[in-house]
Amino acid sequence: MDPSRGRDDGAQQPGATGDRSTLTLHINGTEQTLTLDHRTTVLDALREDLGLTGAKKGCDHGQCGACTVIVDGRRANSCLLLAVAHDGARITTVEGLADGDRLHPVQEAFLDRDALQCGYCTPGQICSAVGMLGEAADGFPSHVTTRTAPVSAPAPLDAPEIRERMSGNLCRCGAYPRIVEAIEDVAP
Amino acid sequence: MKPFGYLRARSTAEAVRESSAHPGAGFLGGGTNLVDLMKLGVETPDLLIDISRLPLDQVGDTDNGGLRIGATVRNSDLAAHPAVRTRYPVLSQALLSGASGQLRNTATTGGNLLQRTRCPYFQDTSKPCNKREPGTGCPALEGAHRDLAVLGHSEHCVATHPSDMAVALSALDATVQLHGPDGERTVPATEFHRLPGDTPHRDTEIRAGELITEVVLPPRPDGAGSLYRKARDRASFAFALASVAAVLGVRDGRIEHAALAFGGLAHRPWRAYAAEEALRGAPATGETFERAVDAELAAARPLRDNAFKVGLARSLAVDALAELAADS
Ligand SMILES: Cc1cc2nc3c(=O)[nH]c(=O)nc-3n(C[C@H](O)[C@H](O)[C@H](O)COP(=O)(O)OP(=O)(O)OC[C@H]3O[C@@H](n4cnc5c(N)ncnc54)[C@H](O)[C@@H]3O)c2cc1C
Ligand code: SF4
Ligand code: FES
Ligand code: FES
Repeated sequence: MDPSRGRDDGAQQPGATGDRSTLTLHINGTEQTLTLDHRTTVLDALREDLGLTGAKKGCDHGQCGACTVIVDGRRANSCLLLAVAHDGARITTVEGLADGDRLHPVQEAFLDRDALQCGYCTPGQICSAVGMLGEAADGFPSHVTTRTAPVSAPAPLDAPEIRERMSGNLCRCGAYPRIVEAIEDVAP
Repeated sequence: MKPFGYLRARSTAEAVRESSAHPGAGFLGGGTNLVDLMKLGVETPDLLIDISRLPLDQVGDTDNGGLRIGATVRNSDLAAHPAVRTRYPVLSQALLSGASGQLRNTATTGGNLLQRTRCPYFQDTSKPCNKREPGTGCPALEGAHRDLAVLGHSEHCVATHPSDMAVALSALDATVQLHGPDGERTVPATEFHRLPGDTPHRDTEIRAGELITEVVLPPRPDGAGSLYRKARDRASFAFALASVAAVLGVRDGRIEHAALAFGGLAHRPWRAYAAEEALRGAPATGETFERAVDAELAAARPLRDNAFKVGLARSLAVDALAELAADS
């Protein structure tokens, strides 16, 4: 990532020791150049600077998953990511999952199964599920994957696997049974 | 959060040089612990040296059949790595038992080793704490210490080290490679984390300005199996109340190789040397396992509210050894 790109509006570039930097994030396919205080998290940049309020702030400490987005193809807690450290990153939020008017299959499944009550955790659940399905397809094991499972094959997703792999997303309404069903509908 | 400068290191040498030049600087790995603690005001670096893009993200074989793990390899990639899953299952299982899918995607090997304790007083700057502010006292001694240490603690600190990965590295006799202003050195994982004594502000043997560059695993002992067991307050996404990393090699019913380390019980992964002594050469029976684990846990000094951890650790360890013996 070339730290010198981005416009020069007097802010310090990454690599300097001021307390602001200019950086570029590719959000849902759109390049965004921002000058931010180094303390700004990806979550705050999305919500406060870019008006993308899909990702939610639940705990702000990595404990709830409401802020989950997909960074360079991997799900992550955006509340613990410093924006300046993610200069150049490609980020997908819940706003970027649909293909035009066609919802992502995980979004459709959440609607079909009515997998929410208040909805606060839902964007994080959906982004997490999308990331998790990719991890399983790539053969990532989980804590409940049997020790004898083949090492390079896609990991099969039954309900216990889904529950374990989604444990980073809390739902205070307790919509878990429907969330698991929705993901089972989409899982291969 | 206090304002801070940011610098993206382009090489290990640059990271070490800049860190030595700025005593208030901190290295940024995945940030899942550091950013959390900066939000809480517990960590207050004035410069972050971002090492997450250094080319330390590879896992590869060593010449003698061991494994070399770069400091910026993400926890999820390490847990999924075929060499880790097949040769060092205890390491894969320990990583997968920790945190969440999201956090493991972000967390690095180096950062995992250097994560700080989850002691509630340490994380609350309105409270005294010898680890955070030496000399202020340890409220956990008489306070909320249900989750804290039963082994190796001192009157100055009863914190536990929260890492699951570090427990597996201890049992595997890994080494930690450090690169500092005075050059490179190697520290055994069993000695990397410290006991609190009267200097609980120092979690590990790392020196100012030193960067972890990699962790090296020796070859797997011939025919030995390994596994990780963890007990926690909920089924997933919680720190260990007690955990155990076990490596066991059995031939003709006799124990040839044994390595055992406990997590959640002490200020560092607790390598169970007394248990290993009792295991080596003995018949691989339930009776041996119980005797060996009891020999180790005889040293436990539980606090008012955490004596349950001793029995919990005992069950985990005896079961783990029995399962490995049944597999062999
Ligand atoms: C909600 C939650 C639950 C969790 N549950 C668990 C659990 O059950 N089990 C478990 O083991 N862990 C758990 N964790 C902790 C998690 O594993 C750690 O936060 C993570 O491993 C830290 O890695 P990092 O790369 O993000 O470190 P960072 O936050 O980037 O760094 C941590 C420390 O290490 C230093 N550092 C980083 N890399 C290097 C290096 N190469 N050389 C020198 N210094 C370095 C940093 O300066 C900092 O002081 C949990 C965390 C959260 C937030
Ligand atoms: S146990 Fe250690 S970390 Fe916790 S309050 Fe006491 S000194 Fe601080
Ligand atoms: S807001 Fe990020 S995990 Fe809770
Ligand atoms: S639907 Fe309300 S928190 Fe999950």
